[in-house]
Amino acid sequence: MMKQDVIGKSALLLAVAAACVASAACGGGQGAERPAANAQKEGSSGAGAASGNGPQTVSTASLAPNNVEVLLCDGKTKVNVPAGTPGTAIAGQLMAEWMRKNPSSTWEAEERERHTLQPAADNSALIGQVEGQTYGRITAQDVALWKTETERVATAGSRVFHNAEELGSTVGVSCDMCHPHAANTHPETYPKFQPQLGRVALLRDMINWCIEHPVRGKALASDDPRMRALEAYILAQRKGKALEYGKH
Amino acid sequence: MKDRPKKMPGIKSIETKHMEEREELFRGLYDLDRRSFLKVSAAALGAIAGAGVTPHSFQPVTVAHAQPATGKVQQFRFAYISDSHLYERSLNDRFVNALMRAVDDVNAMDPQPDFVFYGGDLAQLGQAKELELGAQILKNLKAPLKVMVGEHDWYLDMGEKWRELFGPPTYSFDHKGVHCVVLNSVVEKDFWTERKLTPMQRMQTVAGLDNGVQSPFSVGADQRKWLENDLKGKPADTPIIVFSHSPLYKLYKNWNFWTDDAEEVQAILKRFNSVVVFHGHTHQMLTNRIGNIHFHGFLSTAWPWPYAPQGLPELTVQMSRPDPFNPNDGCGNGSVLVHPDGLVDKIYNLWNRNPVTVSRTYMLSRGAKDKPSVPVRKSY
Repeated sequence: MMKQDVIGKSALLLAVAAACVASAACGGGQGAERPAANAQKEGSSGAGAASGNGPQTVSTASLAPNNVEVLLCDGKTKVNVPAGTPGTAIAGQLMAEWMRKNPSSTWEAEERERHTLQPAADNSALIGQVEGQTYGRITAQDVALWKTETERVATAGSRVFHNAEELGSTVGVSCDMCHPHAANTHPETYPKFQPQLGRVALLRDMINWCIEHPVRGKALASDDPRMRALEAYILAQRKGKALEYGKH
Repeated sequence: MKDRPKKMPGIKSIETKHMEEREELFRGLYDLDRRSFLKVSAAALGAIAGAGVTPHSFQPVTVAHAQPATGKVQQFRFAYISDSHLYERSLNDRFVNALMRAVDDVNAMDPQPDFVFYGGDLAQLGQAKELELGAQILKNLKAPLKVMVGEHDWYLDMGEKWRELFGPPTYSFDHKGVHCVVLNSVVEKDFWTERKLTPMQRMQTVAGLDNGVQSPFSVGADQRKWLENDLKGKPADTPIIVFSHSPLYKLYKNWNFWTDDAEEVQAILKRFNSVVVFHGHTHQMLTNRIGNIHFHGFLSTAWPWPYAPQGLPELTVQMSRPDPFNPNDGCGNGSVLVHPDGLVDKIYNLWNRNPVTVSRTYMLSRGAKDKPSVPVRKSY
């Protein structure tokens, strides 16, 4: 992701900050964990900063006169490092500090362990193929990224689906209480005429119906991240089922 | 009628007669599935036409049952209520009201059942206030109560409050010639110590049906030993009824529709001619037979579960897919008629539908006779 020999120090800091923004925006988690680990490994081989990975070193280092304070993109997390510290080491320290303050950052792994998710489609057959101007040559990293990011949205949906608080329930009811593993949600049958509503319903209409009635919460906007995640999870769990819109 | 004082024997008011005829009718209807109901209705209409009377009143209808069984049991009926998953009333009164509805249903049975069996999962998160509320509501039952434990009752305080309210979870009793055994089949291996879970986190993990962190249910070596001792010396023709919260067979592990040591428990029960197992947990009409052992599931008062995506027993006639727009659809309670041979007619009293009977003859004929009506809309 980051190549020390190609980009300069200040540019690198920007890149780190950008990576942090990206990972924080999707709730931290795996994506954030991996670059941090890499950075730490590289940092330890670099000069001077070998022992400077933990937040404790930051406080002692802050006494030195030619120190640099680096602020993470969240605007709160900062580290104080001697000038000339390799960028990867700084990134490592910042991430370690951020992870320490965000213990729930492993939510994705935890959610995946609790609730089985159908895996996203395997696109590894495309690796090495040329995809014209848009993609260039498709790499293993591309394919892995597609899968990770897609499954992350579905996993976020799984978390909402199984959590009465996230759903805004006032009666302690979550989706999984009637639909374990999203069973009997049959997203493949929408849109269909829902006689009880007197109109054609999309999957999200039924999700909102359930949120308002058995769950006793407030309907979600169509572009609410929770709605998008719920749709992703419910559709993911019906992988392989033929679309049969209108089926009763 | 039995419970009301009769001041003037022999003389009944028009209202009393009307109510008696009405109750008689409903008692008859109680055992009917839809098809027999139509038959009976037609017969009743015919009778009315034949008698030349206007249908101003409930016409007494007698329901003939299939060939009577013979055996050492004095035929009796018990009622069941199960899986109420109560929260405190201040948080969620829907499940509370549903349990109260079930209690009303059972109290309206005439004649009253010999006892009422509660199938477990009285509470949702095993909290003292939830269990106390449940116990309090169940006290309104007119008939004697027997209670079984479910995983939702247990994993907050490892059954402490439940035992305080209801006694030991494993016990047996004899009733009119049947030996009844109640097991705690929701024993899980310790998954919480290593993970440093709080009691509430442990409870919430177990409370999630599709939560894969928990371990499979089992009866465990201690209780199997207890069961062997309990049944020791009983002749093979003793009719046995077993109550377990999870089905005592392996249906679908991912939702714990499953007992890990089911085969070992079945082996202990194998030598008896007539064994019927009743279980909660699955919240649906569920029927199975393995050798001489018949299995029947209880309905939930709180919500129905979907059918497991695989492993559904051949004898199971599914209930129609519940209508989400009716919060009571697919829920209910029911009763069991125990025949002289110890085999049973299992009656599902679905609140929003016709009651369904899975009869002794259906089970004996392995589905060839008396098949309950097949649902119009199956589970996805």
